[in-house]
Amino acid sequence: MERQNIWNKEDITMGMTMTQKILAAHAGLDQVVAGQLIEADLDLVLGNDVTAPVAIHEMEKMTIKKVFDKDKIALVPDHFTPNKDIKSAEHCKCVREFAYDQEITNYFEIGEMGIEHALLPEKGLVVAGDVVIGADSHTCTYGALGAFSTGVGSTDMAAGMATGKAWFKIPSAIKFVLTGKPANWVSGKDVILHIIGMIGVDGALYKSMEFVGEGIQNLSMDDRFAMANMAIEAGAKNGIFPVDDFAIEYMKEHSTKEYTVYEADSDAEYDETYIIDLSTLKPTIAFPHLPENTRTIDEVGDVKIDQVVIGSCTNGRIEDLRIAAKVLEGRKVAKGMRVIVFPATQAIYLQAMEEGLLSTFIKAGAIVSTPTCGPCLGGHMGILAKGERAVATTNRNFVGRMGHVESEVYLASPAVAAASAITGKISGPSDLGL
Amino acid sequence: MKAFGTVHKYGDNVDTDVIIPARYLNSSDPKELAEKCMIDIDTDFVKRVKAGDIMVANKNFGCGSSREHAPIAIKASGISCVIAETFARIFYRNAINIGLPIIECPDAAKEIEAGDQVEIDFDNGMIYDRTKGTQYQGQAFPEFMQKIIKAEGLINYINNK
Repeated sequence: MERQNIWNKEDITMGMTMTQKILAAHAGLDQVVAGQLIEADLDLVLGNDVTAPVAIHEMEKMTIKKVFDKDKIALVPDHFTPNKDIKSAEHCKCVREFAYDQEITNYFEIGEMGIEHALLPEKGLVVAGDVVIGADSHTCTYGALGAFSTGVGSTDMAAGMATGKAWFKIPSAIKFVLTGKPANWVSGKDVILHIIGMIGVDGALYKSMEFVGEGIQNLSMDDRFAMANMAIEAGAKNGIFPVDDFAIEYMKEHSTKEYTVYEADSDAEYDETYIIDLSTLKPTIAFPHLPENTRTIDEVGDVKIDQVVIGSCTNGRIEDLRIAAKVLEGRKVAKGMRVIVFPATQAIYLQAMEEGLLSTFIKAGAIVSTPTCGPCLGGHMGILAKGERAVATTNRNFVGRMGHVESEVYLASPAVAAASAITGKISGPSDLGL
Repeated sequence: MKAFGTVHKYGDNVDTDVIIPARYLNSSDPKELAEKCMIDIDTDFVKRVKAGDIMVANKNFGCGSSREHAPIAIKASGISCVIAETFARIFYRNAINIGLPIIECPDAAKEIEAGDQVEIDFDNGMIYDRTKGTQYQGQAFPEFMQKIIKAEGLINYINNK
């Protein structure tokens, strides 16, 4: 019996992380190890109006002329839309014509679109166990649902659209064990900013960030989307959450696709393990010009601001808007403050309207924009002038990210952004007595 | 295959927003992108760069956005190779996929300075600083990636399969 046990499969195979298991299954392999190069089958290939035109141009050079599966491509013109200028309009036209020509099922025009990483889960196009590539770095967002998803460039997108496959190097992983319950006004955004501040913008380079622990039950799906979304800001290949009742409930509400639950092996190896007690975290802000330059709200000092941006693929979901509205309710934004709220999808926009949130924003003195990536990347709809400062619920604060090279972006949660809009300087809800 | 040129040197975390700011992403024409390459951290780069020049930077080069416009802009500006301590992973993939040579080499990234004349032998990954008289062994690519590089990019590699 003992001898048999030695040869038991479980004894001789090495434990795999959740990410490794998903990739192994999509490569038709029982076992993979970190560093191994594999070719995986893709469940979805995503592109937007900036990256898809380059991919479409690359695909024209290929001998394969048709996409591998018209139902497994998603094209979302969201960056410079509604078309900000003639060149952008030409790019969108290129994507639209390709979508019609290839009979792409999941092409989303103005009116039905949204910011891609909020839209795809909402439309039920991504579920647990999927492998997704997207020509946008924040494609890692879908890890919140227990999918493997990662950002790639346009050439990878072209190859993915044509062949339905992509090559990957199997990543090692860092484990983040989350315990406890976040305090009032502390959200997933604060958790991920705290983590990036701790490990740095290349702290998870080439690796997976696997979030585990009982603290996850205290994080809503919108918190998890925000966290997985910013895994790339720590250099990670992907960020991923276990599939619990919240995730299953979300998928049942939004999707008819069959999902597969993968769990990390109990003996999976991790490069590092961090234990984070969520109850100890405070609202956290990333100062210019890197997401790792974090300070807690009590350390920010007196930073006067000119603009507040609430929205994006990180924090433009309904819960984010509810939190912002709760802070802005019955208050007025500071004199001279420009506050731009952009719900991430049409459905979120509509829901925010029905819940009266838009009315709260407008009465407070904010403007509400159609879904677009515009302000986040300094594209349009809220560009900063020289010397101006913005608090934004977005994901990057690099030099010139939101406009002039001498402008500054401070990354924060919707609660901090809304409170800052009222006071005119970086503030938390507690500064308003909330 | 060899490269030889003058070095343009940068620090840590050179992100894709400074390599090619989003305000120029309404174009995907390599020539137009090259005209704005590095504009937000090095306004003179475009004027200084000559065909064959080499870019050297420290850790996490190309972090941030997945925009392939970043390696396209660098390649179209005339840069023959980027040496860095580490590369952000999407930039790394993109550079290989479009045929922009890149080499990870922490010592070279640390010691080589702006203006140095550097030669690179891609066949063995050797980096020679002709100004300083030093040499470095860059990290070799896995065989699979070498095949993509030899095919001058992923599209040709797939077409040839």
